[in-house]
Amino acid sequence: MTWWLPPQASTFAAPIDWMFTAILIITGITFVLVEVGLVYFVIAYRNRPGRKAFYTHGNTRAEVIWTAIPAVTMVILGLTSNGLWVKIKGRNSVPANAYPIGVHAKQFEWWFTYPGADGKLGRVSPELIQETVNPTGLDRSDPAAQDDIVIRNQLHVPVGRPVVVMLTSEDVIHSFYVPQFRVRQDAVPGMNIRVWFEATVPGTYEVGCSQLCGMSHYKMRARVFVHTQAEYDAWLQQEAAKAKGASTS
Amino acid sequence: MSTAAATAHAVHAHHDDRSFVRKYVFSTDHKIIGIQFLFLSLFSLLVGGILAMQIRWQEGFPGQPMPLGKLLPETMASGGVLLPEYYIELVTMHGTFMVFFAIMLLLVGVYANFLIPLKLGAHDMAFPRINMASFWSAFVAGILMFASMFVPEGAARAGWTMYTPLSARHDLSGSSLGQELWSISIIFFGLSSVLGSLNYISTVINNRAPGMTWFRMPLSVWALFITAILGLLAVPVLAGAAIMLLFEQILGTHFFDPGAGGQALLWQHLFWFFGHPEVYILILPAMGMVSDLVANGSRKPIFGYHSMVFAICGIAFLGWIVWGHHMFVSGMNPTLGSTFMVSTLLIAVPSAIKVFNWMGTMWRGNIQFHTPMLKARSADCRGSSWPRRRWTCSSTTPTSSSRTCTTCYSGAACSRSSARSPTGIRRCSAG
Amino acid sequence: MRKLGSAAAIGAGLLVWALGSTPGAEAALDGATVTGKVKFVGKAPANPVIDMSEEAKCAAKYTTPPRELIVQVNANGTLANVFVYVKTGLPADAKYPTPATPVEIDQNGCMYHPRVFGIMVGQTLAIKNSDGILHNIKALGKKNRPFNISQPTTMTTNRPGFAAVEVMLPFACNVHGWMHAFAGVLSHPFYSATGTDGSYSIKGLPPGTYTIEAWHEKYGTQTATVTVKAAETKTADLTFTAK
Repeated sequence: MTWWLPPQASTFAAPIDWMFTAILIITGITFVLVEVGLVYFVIAYRNRPGRKAFYTHGNTRAEVIWTAIPAVTMVILGLTSNGLWVKIKGRNSVPANAYPIGVHAKQFEWWFTYPGADGKLGRVSPELIQETVNPTGLDRSDPAAQDDIVIRNQLHVPVGRPVVVMLTSEDVIHSFYVPQFRVRQDAVPGMNIRVWFEATVPGTYEVGCSQLCGMSHYKMRARVFVHTQAEYDAWLQQEAAKAKGASTS
Repeated sequence: MSTAAATAHAVHAHHDDRSFVRKYVFSTDHKIIGIQFLFLSLFSLLVGGILAMQIRWQEGFPGQPMPLGKLLPETMASGGVLLPEYYIELVTMHGTFMVFFAIMLLLVGVYANFLIPLKLGAHDMAFPRINMASFWSAFVAGILMFASMFVPEGAARAGWTMYTPLSARHDLSGSSLGQELWSISIIFFGLSSVLGSLNYISTVINNRAPGMTWFRMPLSVWALFITAILGLLAVPVLAGAAIMLLFEQILGTHFFDPGAGGQALLWQHLFWFFGHPEVYILILPAMGMVSDLVANGSRKPIFGYHSMVFAICGIAFLGWIVWGHHMFVSGMNPTLGSTFMVSTLLIAVPSAIKVFNWMGTMWRGNIQFHTPMLKARSADCRGSSWPRRRWTCSSTTPTSSSRTCTTCYSGAACSRSSARSPTGIRRCSAG
Repeated sequence: MRKLGSAAAIGAGLLVWALGSTPGAEAALDGATVTGKVKFVGKAPANPVIDMSEEAKCAAKYTTPPRELIVQVNANGTLANVFVYVKTGLPADAKYPTPATPVEIDQNGCMYHPRVFGIMVGQTLAIKNSDGILHNIKALGKKNRPFNISQPTTMTTNRPGFAAVEVMLPFACNVHGWMHAFAGVLSHPFYSATGTDGSYSIKGLPPGTYTIEAWHEKYGTQTATVTVKAAETKTADLTFTAK
């Protein structure tokens, strides 16, 4: 049923797609019934010589029925989807062991900060932002920031492990959107927003900016790489070595 | 003496001495004002349509020179190839023109002005001069918005929803005067909308013909009345937000600047608090007219008139508490996401009631497929735009209003009588 | 007789006035030249490496990892990308014609070429995109009206001239945050930017005493005072020290 949706690559994808499909079926059935009814009425009750319309002002019982059924349906849909919403977006639902990655959006690049060996992201401060040298404003005096690795337009995540993105924006509202993860969240200047997900399928995907952020918004994309844990560790080591090499050369 | 004076007065009553300007330009007659709104909105529809064609060109043939593209300045289209900043201006201005200047003016400015007095049996709006002011402020707003496309650095560039900080900061969007003119134009538009709403509400409350109680009003008038209440309460919020945005743009205030204690999300809350009632402003008049036309076309009264009135009121009322459904991923508290979801689901219920009642109206009717009915039927499916055929109605039974022969611009005015009046059927002939 | 005399006097006066108020003409006739080298003392700091891995078309143009050339020290110990110009000393009422040819800045390999350049008030700036990929050019003027335009493909945009003197006016690309350039907008043509040999040359100066200023994006400014006579060539070296 979901072949026409983007591939499912996170733990959120299957429940969201299920919800989507369920709503589509309910509304689809209603749509078909209404349309068929409409076509039938238009043909069956068309004007013919000698025909008279049936004079009535309404029927209270019918009104009650066709108010109650949609209302009950809406309540059920609301209750089932709210559980999923809270699980994905709720502030308290970020898993405790989630791997933190800093995502800093700016016109028109994505900057990703990886926590390095200590697994902790260092402090950032907007005043420290300097193009090329320190695009995210990382405070290198913070011990947790010493091993942080900052990379442009490439998101690397390990598969099968919850990841929590610390989403910030430098200038205007951007939006972090990976369709295959079914994850989307606006990056708002002045706010530090946590977004979590768990990738399930290794591969290459794309983050697109999905909130108009200026004239080059359409090109504000980053590549997403989902690695096995072993590949990820190797990649991280490689990047750490590169960063070390760059800073001493 | 008095007889002579009376005769002279009678002679005068049928001779209009006013100048062309007083009769057709600065007119206080609701029908003339309705036609003025019609011209303004049709022109805006043309502008919005031309902008849309250019968007389509970019979608269909990106990177290729557009026909007539060489007429555009190099800052918009280099050698006829649309530049990204121009594309965003196109998208922004298309949305702005279509939502505000085409549809709102058409469905509210034209239909409310033209139809409310006719359908209520009133001789004009409650405040004819305020009605005129409402048109002329919309006209000023339209001029400003149109002009904003021709200033240096081009038109506004942050989408018709104008999210801050992109819309507030010229260094980030690349457009300065155009953005500011958008804000100023919307402030004038807000003025126009509020003045109009005041008029429609007052007219419906006060100027109904004797014997027309609330629950004898046509559904199209109910819809326009509720729409006017929505407009009165929602549009000032937009105008206020536009004033704040203008201050941010030209006075350097920090309402939306997080670095100075403001909040970027403030704009979104203000805008969508207007924005959701706005979409009901756009659809309710159409739904009201569908009700009247389906009833007329089916030769039956509308099925469940009272439910329909309550449904309109329910949609309008619930429309105030759903604005957050435009902001689920905006960064607002996710708990609000849950609450707005609930209210949004609930608003589907009165909307469903309306559709079922239309079907009930057609059930066992005697359906005539005159053009308005065809349009209403398709509107039933998907909400299309309204016919603009000219109808001449002649009444077999005198109505309580002074005119027995009315030229109206939709079959709706005639249909009210045919559906509700037990004494006579108005014959509608197309002309 | 008296009328002829006064006419002659007026004519002579006009001639002197005409000759005196075309400094361009005067400069061409007997312009002095100030030349020199901008030296760099100390250890050059490492320039930051640019990660172009997500911009394949540009990355392909480099054989070694590209760096943002903030401090470009030449082999002969001189500093490139230093903007040298006449700060004071020109006659206050002097007016210099705006050249008809535009100054060109090119985006190639996701870098601005040149990084530092001079342009006269009112002179057209031709912005070229040789990369064929999206760049946006943001001119962050403080005295001049800022602009922000984009170039999605290979093209050249001619920007009308700047209105005010500004030393220096920065350019940036937002799609590629490492791209920077600096323009010195002046009302006179007496400027020069150092290149790979670290030398500058300012020609056509009228005789007088001038303050020459050298500007570097990291090391700030250095000045030198030079007095030149007609058609004389003087050398004035400037030095920046590593911090």
